[in-house]
Parts: sequence; structure tokens; C-alpha cells
Amino acid sequence: MNDSSYILIEGVAQRFKTQRGEFEALRQIDLRIAKGEFVTLIGHSGCGKSTLLNLIAGLTTPTSGLLLCAGREIAGPGPERAVVFQNHSLLPWLTCFENVHLGVKRVFGAGSRSAGAKSENKADLAARTHAALELVGLSHAAQRRPGEISGGMKQRVGIARALAMEPKVLLLDEPFGALDALTRAKLQDELLEIVARTHSTVVMVTHDVDEAVLLSDRIVMLTNGPSATIGEVLTVPLARPRQRVALADHPTYLQCRKEVLDFLYTRQTHVHKEAA
Amino acid sequence: MVSAVFHTPRPLESGHAASAPAAHAHAPTAPAAQAANLARSPQGLRWDVSAWPPQVVPPLLGLLLLIGLWHLAASGGEGQFPTPGATWSAALELFADPFFVNGPSDVGIGWQVLSSLERVGLGFGLAALVGIPLGFLIGRSVFAGRMCAPLISLFKPVSPLAWLPIGLLVFQGTEAAAIWTIFICSIWPMIINTAVGVQRVPQDYLNVARVLNLSEWTILTQILLPAVLPYVLTGVRLAVGTAWLVIVAAEMLTGGVGIGFWIWDEWNNLNITNIIVAIFVIGLVGLLLEWALVSIARAFTFEEVKS
Repeated sequence: MNDSSYILIEGVAQRFKTQRGEFEALRQIDLRIAKGEFVTLIGHSGCGKSTLLNLIAGLTTPTSGLLLCAGREIAGPGPERAVVFQNHSLLPWLTCFENVHLGVKRVFGAGSRSAGAKSENKADLAARTHAALELVGLSHAAQRRPGEISGGMKQRVGIARALAMEPKVLLLDEPFGALDALTRAKLQDELLEIVARTHSTVVMVTHDVDEAVLLSDRIVMLTNGPSATIGEVLTVPLARPRQRVALADHPTYLQCRKEVLDFLYTRQTHVHKEAA
Repeated sequence: MVSAVFHTPRPLESGHAASAPAAHAHAPTAPAAQAANLARSPQGLRWDVSAWPPQVVPPLLGLLLLIGLWHLAASGGEGQFPTPGATWSAALELFADPFFVNGPSDVGIGWQVLSSLERVGLGFGLAALVGIPLGFLIGRSVFAGRMCAPLISLFKPVSPLAWLPIGLLVFQGTEAAAIWTIFICSIWPMIINTAVGVQRVPQDYLNVARVLNLSEWTILTQILLPAVLPYVLTGVRLAVGTAWLVIVAAEMLTGGVGIGFWIWDEWNNLNITNIIVAIFVIGLVGLLLEWALVSIARAFTFEEVKS
């Protein structure tokens, strides 16, 4: 294994048994993701991009093919591959602090599974939790419950929960899909900052072309399902840090954007009409 | 029917029950209160019903209608059936001293109700101790679910009273047999609702648990229990409702102190007014139980779980 194939996906296919027989969601997926790289998976609804993310997360196992992370086979979910879920999935009966703390305690606390790691005491764990909430600018809401905060704040808690575990890979499943445009832009900027600071490897599912171009190093475009596969991979050669406003009329940005739009709406258009 | 095994009702003797026609005087109190409202209404001479809270008028009307029809029916007959007024004065008499003790079975209506509640509490508590963990097991394990499903389907429709003789045989006592009957009738809703609740825990929460790699114990205490609690409380509510229904019948069969047997006793004494009072008391206690459990359930249900 080397750094250019930190996540290695080889010949992966995923088929589901349904009442109308077998359904092939993904076929022949081959992808290498480098350490510290930001990759987005983009495609129309139902193209299997979330299925692919779940496979990397280890929440599901592939019908055939191989998935490696840091040279080891992905056999199940784990805190080294933290997931930010589309609908935030915070536990409504816990405060924001407790939601984040749940994972922190498991990864760094007594009886943690990270072999050899010295377990931290209560104060250290609380400090980690607070630091994660501070990273997403939510220190003031630590003692509030998810039902008492806005959608954008909930999603930030979800990101804090994932980041607090210091994952090797951050997996984001349409994290900003349910947010309004302004909140989404703000969180995208925050995510850019956080990723620049933590040098995380990120795989993100999105259907927002601007989001993909703004955030990614590479954009992986999936063909329409069923039997979706990787149609095209676009490298975004924009320097970091990226500024949303400055990029708005940047020729490279516009070119990348056009290429993705062209793929999605010219070459992979037919399912879109059904999904809409 | 079944109860006739124990007690043979004597033929009705007329004139025994409806002995207080003077009690009619109580009936006009409600119209009097309305008249007071009438005086305050802006139109002066018109009934301003629209000024009343809309959730008050229909129930009040329903109650008045019931009492009115009851009064008409009772006073039109041969005087065997007590009028609302007679019942009211009997109730006043009963509740003047609800906690007297004149012997092992001759005790006030307060004690009768409390004894019944104690049996319900015991039988129901034991059912919760067994039923809720069993529900968790059935909901969490497909194998256990498939194993128990046919048994539950088979026994759930059986009237809990059918289990009473088994209780008498096994426990050699009427008290334990009554509690056993309550146990049987309250366990089904608790098992079923808990199991359904466990099966309906959002997959997202379980995915979170898997990604965070939480231990089984943490999953149970931090995710399953809070997520299932509203379902468990629904089961508890249904169970208490059924238990309160069944205890009256069970006590008629087992005897002793308790509101069910008290009703039967009053029937043997042809004290119809007391039976009607008991019906209202049972209804009221059931209402209070339901209200208390609904309040608890509301306090423990999270917005996002409901949706």
C-alpha cells in the first residue's frame, strides 16, 4: 500500500435481492483515493453513490470485489471511517455534547479498542468533545438537545461527532442536502477550513455540482443506475485555499463545472426525468 | 353466566332501590350554573354558548343528555331502576366514609377500589418485569421472534378469565389467581409493543452505533431504551386499561375485598344504586390511570421519535 491508494476499491459490485428478482446497483467499481485527498461522488438520484459510500463505511459488504483502507480490508464499520449522515442522525434524547461524547468515549476512553493506546481520563475526553464542538462553532449549544437547534447546527454537530473521533477517513453522505442555500455555503466554507487544518481524507456524496467543484480534488461521476459504474473522473486543478467568491468567474472553475454538468445533463440525462 | 356458579341472584324485589325521589332536587344545579352564565353574557337574554370554550359544551351536553334520559327512563318504570338523584345521594353516603372497616369483607368503597388497584398493580408489575425484556428479545432477535410469534398469536385472543382456574389450581389461592389473571392479560400488549418498538428503531441510529463501534450495553442504554420507551409506554397504557377491565370480572369470580366482588355483593343485596355508583367509580379510576400514563408517555416521547 502507498499513499496514492489509501482507499482502494477494486472490481466492486453490489447486488440486492428484491421481490422482483436481483437488482444490480453497482458494477465494476475501480477507484483509488490518496491520503489527504478530497473526493466527491456525484450522479443522479438512485445511481448508487450512497451505496458506494456505505461500502466504504463498511455498513454493507459488497457482493463481489475488494475494498481496502490503509492496506486493510474493510470488513465492517468503525470509528476510523467516520460517517456524517445525510439526516444528521443525532440521538434526540442526548445533548449535543453527549452526542459527540458518545464516539469520543468509545475511541479514546477506557476499554477503547484502539490497541496499545493509553486510555484518557474523563477530563481529557470532555476536552476533546468540547474542542470538536468548538471546531464547528457550537460551544454555546453544547447543552442543547437536537430538537432545540436548527438544521444547520444539527449537521455541524454531526460533523463534530465524526471529527472528534480523529478518523482516518471522513465519509459524508449528502451532508448539506437538507439545508438552505446560505447555510449550505457557510458549512461548505467551514468544511474546507476544517479539512485544511486536519488534512483528512474525505469522500463525499453530493448531487450539487458547485459543491463538488468547490470542495473536491477529484470528482467521480457515476453513470445512471441500475448497474451504475464510474463514468468519468475529473481532477479539479484549483489551488487551495479556495475562495467561493473569487472562484465564481474563474475560468478553471467554470470549465470544471461545465464538464460535470455536461456529463450529468447531456450524457446521463434520461433517468433524471424519471427521478424528478 | 360463569359467575352464577358462585352466586345465585335473587329475583328482583320492587321498591328496594328507588327509595329517594326527593333527591331530584339535585338535578337542577347544572341549569342554575348556566343561568349565572346567561346573566353575564353581553346579549343579556340570550345564551351565549359561543363564549364557552368549545371543548366544554359538547361533553357537558352529552352528560346532561345521559342524566336526562336516565332520569326519564328510571322514573317512568316501576321504580326498580334508581334515578340519577337516588344514585347521587347513595354516592354521597358511600363517600362520606369510604375507608371504614366493619369486618374482613365489610369495608368502605375506598378500600374496595384500593384492593383492586393493588391486584392490578401486582399482576401488571410482574407482567412488565417479564413482558418488556421478552419484547426486547423478540424484537432484537429474529430467531426468538419466530419462536414466540405463533405462541403469542395463539394465546393472545384467549380471554384472561380462562386462565383463572389454572391460577387457582397452581397457586392454591384466589388472591394469587386474580393476580395471575391480570398478569396474563397485561403481558401481551407489553410484549407486542416493545417488540414492535425495537423493530422500528430507526436504522440511522443503529448505523450510528455501528460506525461509533458502540458496545452492546451502550447500544441498549443509549439507543434502544430511549428509542423504544414511547412504544413500551403505549404497551403499558394498553395493559393497564385491559387489566382494569379484567379485574372487575376476575374479582366477581374470586370474591374477597375488591370493587368487582363488591358489585356482585351489592347485586345480591339488590342494591342497584351502589352498582351504578361502582360503575362510575370504575370508569373514573380507569380514566385517571389512562390520564396518568398518557402524561408519562408524553414526557418521555421525543419529537423526532414520533415522526
